[in-house]
Amino acid sequence: MAHKDDKDADGHVADEDRRDILFLATGATAAIGVASAVWPLIDQMNASASVLALSTLEVDVSALEPGQEMKVSFLKAPVFIRRMTEEDIAEAQKEDIGDLPDPDARNPNMPDTEATVDSRLLGENKDLIVLSGVCTHLGCVPLGDGAGDFHGWFCPCHGSHYDNLGRIRQGPAPENLPIPVASVDGDILKLG
Amino acid sequence: MGTIPQEHYEPKEGTTSKWINDRLPIMGMLDHLQKFPTPKNLNYAYVFGGILVLFLVIQIITGIALAMHYRVGETASFASVEHIMRDVNYGWLLRYAHANGASFFFIAVYAHIFRGLYYGSYKAPREILWIIGVLIFVVMMATAFMGYVLPWGQMSFWGAKVITSLFGAIPLVGESLKVWLWGGPFVGEATLNRMFSLHYLLPFVIAGLTVLHIWALHHVGNTNPTGVEVRKDSIETVKKDTVPFTPFYVTKDLFAILVFLIAFAFFVYFAPNYLGHPDNYIEANPLATPAHIVPEWYFLPFYAVLRAITFDFLWIIPAKLGGVIAMFGAIAILAFAPWLDTSNVRSTTYRPIYRWWFLVLVIDFFVLMWAGGQPAEGIVPLVSLLATIYWFAHFLIVLPVVGLIEKPLPRPESIEQAFKDKHDDDYDANRSQSAGVAAQPAE
Repeated sequence: MAHKDDKDADGHVADEDRRDILFLATGATAAIGVASAVWPLIDQMNASASVLALSTLEVDVSALEPGQEMKVSFLKAPVFIRRMTEEDIAEAQKEDIGDLPDPDARNPNMPDTEATVDSRLLGENKDLIVLSGVCTHLGCVPLGDGAGDFHGWFCPCHGSHYDNLGRIRQGPAPENLPIPVASVDGDILKLG
Repeated sequence: MGTIPQEHYEPKEGTTSKWINDRLPIMGMLDHLQKFPTPKNLNYAYVFGGILVLFLVIQIITGIALAMHYRVGETASFASVEHIMRDVNYGWLLRYAHANGASFFFIAVYAHIFRGLYYGSYKAPREILWIIGVLIFVVMMATAFMGYVLPWGQMSFWGAKVITSLFGAIPLVGESLKVWLWGGPFVGEATLNRMFSLHYLLPFVIAGLTVLHIWALHHVGNTNPTGVEVRKDSIETVKKDTVPFTPFYVTKDLFAILVFLIAFAFFVYFAPNYLGHPDNYIEANPLATPAHIVPEWYFLPFYAVLRAITFDFLWIIPAKLGGVIAMFGAIAILAFAPWLDTSNVRSTTYRPIYRWWFLVLVIDFFVLMWAGGQPAEGIVPLVSLLATIYWFAHFLIVLPVVGLIEKPLPRPESIEQAFKDKHDDDYDANRSQSAGVAAQPAE
């Protein structure tokens, strides 16, 4: 910045400290000004209020009988909802968690739990399986209604088989189908 | 690079700058821009060029952001503007900055044009520089007009209808031309779509023209308040008349930009709709025209010219066509100023007669602006007509005649001399003052 030997035409010596503080103050003000002008330009690309308003969905599941399955669109992606029969639950309970490719429950409503029947099912009677219908391999929508070798879901794109709790059992997908943030109040399933 | 001798760019051997410059002389160009010899006596009338560049950038950046959320269509556009105002993060800021940015763009461009007229910036060798400027102004007006159509409010719709109907006044081809512009027999979806397309394109045309404008400027050099050219004999004489653009005019321009931005911010934050029209918050309705349609303030002077012609001109040109010709003529005549002005004195400072006429032209401009905003009744049509007549007379009669009869005041022999005459007193005062301070302890 300023140097001791700075002199103007009339031989005045520059006031080094004064000049430095002016440089710093100007630079700091300019930086804050530019940053506050740039932030709105970045933030405008974040989700708008109208998009954020889509992030909750209430679904009436009263009409869903045991063994029936439905598909709803939540945040422009499918969510699978299935009411399990007792046979379904009995079949799911047979599996040893240690044998599963992905033992994690992948359930944000019950974090850090294993992929057991108890931690994968929702609802007062623990009979609802609610799954994000996006294959954890490359994003295709798996087929349902007991499809695949494990009577759950089967992704036709690259052959991933999920069981009736949406746990990956065979094929290239790395993780279980995740359970969305959800809660059940009577007959109403609230997503998000 | 230009006609003003300037130190040649010599990058050091072995530097990255040299490696780049040997392949693309961009480092030399940046060096030229940075050190460009600029007359050392420029006043604050010369800051608007820099402000205009900034506002072109602001308009393009906010415009690109708005286009990420705007939807074009008869049923979509109006709602999408409300979506921007209510839902999009900082959408209100982007839209208000863009709308008021257009206004401030025009404030700066009018100041820039009148500065050019006052200091004779259009005279040889700057005719092409000036004409490119007039072209930029025309494209700016087209861009602003199309942008105003996009929210698809009542003013948007009826503005679009009225202004495009101007082309219908052209003999023989007018009607077909109008239908072609509209994309059918009415202003609708097709019209709106092409307006959006062109509104996105034209700012980049302006940017291209601006590059040519600045290129021409750097070739011939700036004018200055004395109108006396920089002496171009050698680098030494150039240095006596000029200072390098950086840091001297960068600092001065930045200060002016800051002051201008404060006024801009006042409007954006505290009076964002002051310069607009409430009717544009009503969705376009092709079945009802608002009671009083007026264009945005920056079009009012030329709108007044359009409405001033209410009679058939010379029995062959109908009033409708006459108004259209007068309006476009009032802009186009600026481009002929270099040849209409017969005076060989550049700066109006040294033109004792012309300076009064210049003042009349400025007043005339504001009278036209006032008249354009009033309903065309009572005294307004007469005022519009007289002001329109003066606008043309100024260029067609005053500029040629005053130049011939006027005896100009003596001009300084050089910028250096003018600068010394003005500032020597200050220097002397400073010197004696500092000498006094230095002498005090010795007393």
